[in-house]
Order: sequence, then C-alpha cells, then structure tokens
Amino acid sequence: MNKVTFDRKQLAVPYFIYLVLFVVMPLLVVLYYGFTDAEGHLSCRNFAEFFTNGKTMGTLVYSLVIAVVVTAICLLLAYPVAYILAKGSYARKHAFLMVFVLPMWINFTLRITALKEILTVLEGNLAYHPFMNTVICMVYDFLPFMIMPLFNALTKLDKSMIEAGHDLGATFPQVLLKVILPLSVPGIISGVTMVFLPAMTNYVVLDMVYNSTYIMGSLIGSYFNSYDWNNGSIISAILLMLIGFFTVFTDKVILGKEEERI
Amino acid sequence: MKKYGQHIIIWLVLAFLYLPILILTFYSFTGSAMIGSVREFSVKNYVTLFTEPELLEMMFGTLSLAIIVAVVSVLLGTAGAVGAFYSRKGIRRTIEIFNEVPVVNADVVTGFSICIFMIVLLHMDKDTYIPLVIAQTALCTPFVYLCVMPRLKMMDNSLYEAALDLGCDPVHALKKVVIPQIMPGIVSGFMTAVTLSLDDYFIATYLKPATFDTISTYVVNATRGAQTDIKTALWALSAVMFVAVVAVVAGANIRAGKEEGSVRV
Repeated sequence: MNKVTFDRKQLAVPYFIYLVLFVVMPLLVVLYYGFTDAEGHLSCRNFAEFFTNGKTMGTLVYSLVIAVVVTAICLLLAYPVAYILAKGSYARKHAFLMVFVLPMWINFTLRITALKEILTVLEGNLAYHPFMNTVICMVYDFLPFMIMPLFNALTKLDKSMIEAGHDLGATFPQVLLKVILPLSVPGIISGVTMVFLPAMTNYVVLDMVYNSTYIMGSLIGSYFNSYDWNNGSIISAILLMLIGFFTVFTDKVILGKEEERI
Repeated sequence: MKKYGQHIIIWLVLAFLYLPILILTFYSFTGSAMIGSVREFSVKNYVTLFTEPELLEMMFGTLSLAIIVAVVSVLLGTAGAVGAFYSRKGIRRTIEIFNEVPVVNADVVTGFSICIFMIVLLHMDKDTYIPLVIAQTALCTPFVYLCVMPRLKMMDNSLYEAALDLGCDPVHALKKVVIPQIMPGIVSGFMTAVTLSLDDYFIATYLKPATFDTISTYVVNATRGAQTDIKTALWALSAVMFVAVVAVVAGANIRAGKEEGSVRV
C-alpha cells in the first residue's frame, strides 16, 4: 500500500522541516535574545545602545569602510578580467575561468597564511599597516567570488549589442557605460552581495594580520567569548536587517529590469 | 596593442592569485622557517605533517566531518529539490526563500544563531558533534539544492511519465530515470558541500567540541602560537591541498570536456 501513496512532493518534507528547525528557528531565537535583557524581559535597550555607543558605532563605520574599499577594489580588478575572459580572444574560456576560481576551493586560512608570509617579507612588520594588509588579504580571499558572477553575466551578454553600439558611432567608453555596464547589473549585484557582507564580518582575516580594530563580526566573536548572548544576538539581528534591506533593494532593481523586458 | 593590454591584465591578476601559494609551496620543500632565506632542500615539513599525531588527527577529523556533512546535505538537498520541483508553487516559493537565507547570510551570523538556538536555548551538548554536523549541514544543503534545481528544470519530464506508463512504480522511476538525469547536479552539489565544510571557520568555532579542531580553527590558532615546526608543516599542508584541488578540478574538466565531445560526435 505504501507505494501507492508515494508522491514525489513528499520528498520535500524532510528538507522543509530541516529548514524551519535549523534556519528559521535560530533567526527567530536570535531576534528574541536580541530584544530581551539578561532576565528575559522584552527591551530595546541593546538595540538603542548599539546606535548610541561611540565604540559600537565606530565598529560599524570601520566595517562599512573596509567593506566598501574591498568591494570596490574587487569590482575594479574582476570586471576587466571577467570581460576579457567572456568577450576577449581567449579560446576555451570556461576552462580559463576555472583557473581564476580555483583558489576559492583551497581553505581560506591556508591561502591567507601564504599571502601573509609574502607580505611579511615585503613589509618587515605587518603591524605597521593593519588597514592596508586587511584590505589586501580580503581582496585576495574574495576576488574569485566576484569574477564568477560577472563572467556569467558578461557571457550571456549578446555581442551584437556591443557591435551595434560601435556601428552607431559610439566609442568604447560610451559602449561600456551605456551598453555593457547596464546589461551586467545583475552580475555586479550578485558579486557585490558575495563580497560586501563577508568583508564586514570575516574577522579571522583581521586576526591573522594582527589588525586589532573590531569589525561587526569581531563583536559577535567577543560577545560569544564572554557568554553575552543578548548583545551578540543584537549584532546578529542588526546584520540580518542589513542583509534584508539589501536583498529587498536589489530584488526591486532586478525585478524592475525584468518588468521592462516584458 | 589591445591584445597586449588584455594579456597584461589577465596575467597580473593570475600572479596575484597564484604567486603566494606557489612561493609557499616552494619554501615548504626547504628547511627554512622564513620566506626569502633559502636553505637546503628538505622534506621535513612533509614528514612532520604526516607523522605528528596532532596534525594527523586534525586532518582526519576535518575530512571525516566534511564527508559526513556532504553526504547528509546531498540526501536532504536532492530530495528537497525533487520534492519542491513537483510541489505547488506556493510551497516551492517558501522553500526557495528559506533556502536562500544561509546562502546570503554571513557565516558568523549563521553559526552564532544556531549556537544560540541549540546550545544556549536547548542546552545540547557540543561534545556529541551533533550540533556541529547539523549546523554545517544547514550551511551546505542550500548549495546542493541550488546545484540540483537547474538540472531538474532541464530534465525531459516525459521520460518519467513514460516509465510510469510502462508499468514502473514511482520509486523505481525516480531511481532509474530522474536520479541519473540530475546526477551532474548532485555531484557538483557534493563537491560544493565538501569545500564549504573544509573552508568553514565560524560555524566550527561556535559549535565544535572544545578538543576538536578543523583545518581553519587549527591554522588560526597556530598563527597565534610560536611553534615554528607546526607553522612550516602547515605550508606543506597548503601545498598538498593546492595540488589536490588542481587535480580534482583538472580531472573534472577533462571528464566534462570528453562528455561534451562525445555528445557533439
């Protein structure tokens, strides 16, 4: 009888339960802990304190600065590479792309150790340039994550669009600004999503290059070490809100584009 | 001239990505503890890497964890994707939204939130490894789902119907018709899950037993310490991992190339 009642839909049940239990529940619990105090009373004190305390606001600003700089450099490096691979004269472009994303598969702490040894030889003491070293290491770590979505967006781009632009008398910079960039916006967005948030939160990179300034992730790490669940949760909650805003905002941008096409 | 510009950009970025690893690989074969001071050729780093019990235990632990997590993720994610594919639009949409959460979320937040839920609220014991496996699976399964779903969309649905018409029961039709067609997605999902688990630092820190170390947590602790032997043995580990990744990627590419070729012929 069992076989008769089997339906392919039912295969989704275990994963659905898993998602609810271990993805949705933890987020709700974090929101609960973030908005209660140590005695379990509802309060917005942690939330308000984050935005009024000079130290935590400084951390937020510092991580935003790092994330903006790292994302910008990744974009500036990855865009030409992705464009040349996708539209240039290289044969077997997918195999070539693999060469660029291959480092992504090696453990990131080992890769940063390698870069760190090189930087130590070049600079003598890493402690003199904490900000610069952090940015270099993060770019090194995240660059493949930027190249891949850009390459995917640019390969899909119809070459005749670019040729049409040239035929109509546009120079390369004009074609780039008016044709190529607008058409690769979805790739840029997913690349930025892949890089921006890790750059705000991956505090291991800072630890490894002896940068003792905190970013948002370091706050969670230090609250975890001092068993301060409520404050750790509020930082997580704030990051979640940031991701939420970003996702809704980019969805609107992409959806807007899709409506135009229809 | 334009060609030269292209080559320069490509090779500069490649140098940035590969030189550190290559230089470290070179120095892992010397007795030197510092890059720049060449000494004699030596394999002592490799001897340490494969004889020191602490290092062996760490590598074995990391690899076992990655494989367990990847197997669980593949089972959950593949079944989830197949089920969602045939479910009502609303249910599929809900699964897809939940599925997206660990993908876009910061690993720190994923790890911390699961830690709060399982350890702080439910008082689960970290030493059982269960929280660690559950949490890494929560990170990896969405990627398996994302690898399998496109294959399902590409699949020719009439084959499954044909199997049923020919008297096959749904379970067998799934095994003999659907699974082989989505196999490439399952394989790349498995590989992605293994790498994510091997790469993970944050989930491991928040949920691992105190005495257990993964490559990531071990390397971060070792960079804080001053043990030169361990430090240079980790150079050897980088080299080993680099060669292994190159071999796997090259192997997969050659196989994919052959399959493409045979289809074209």
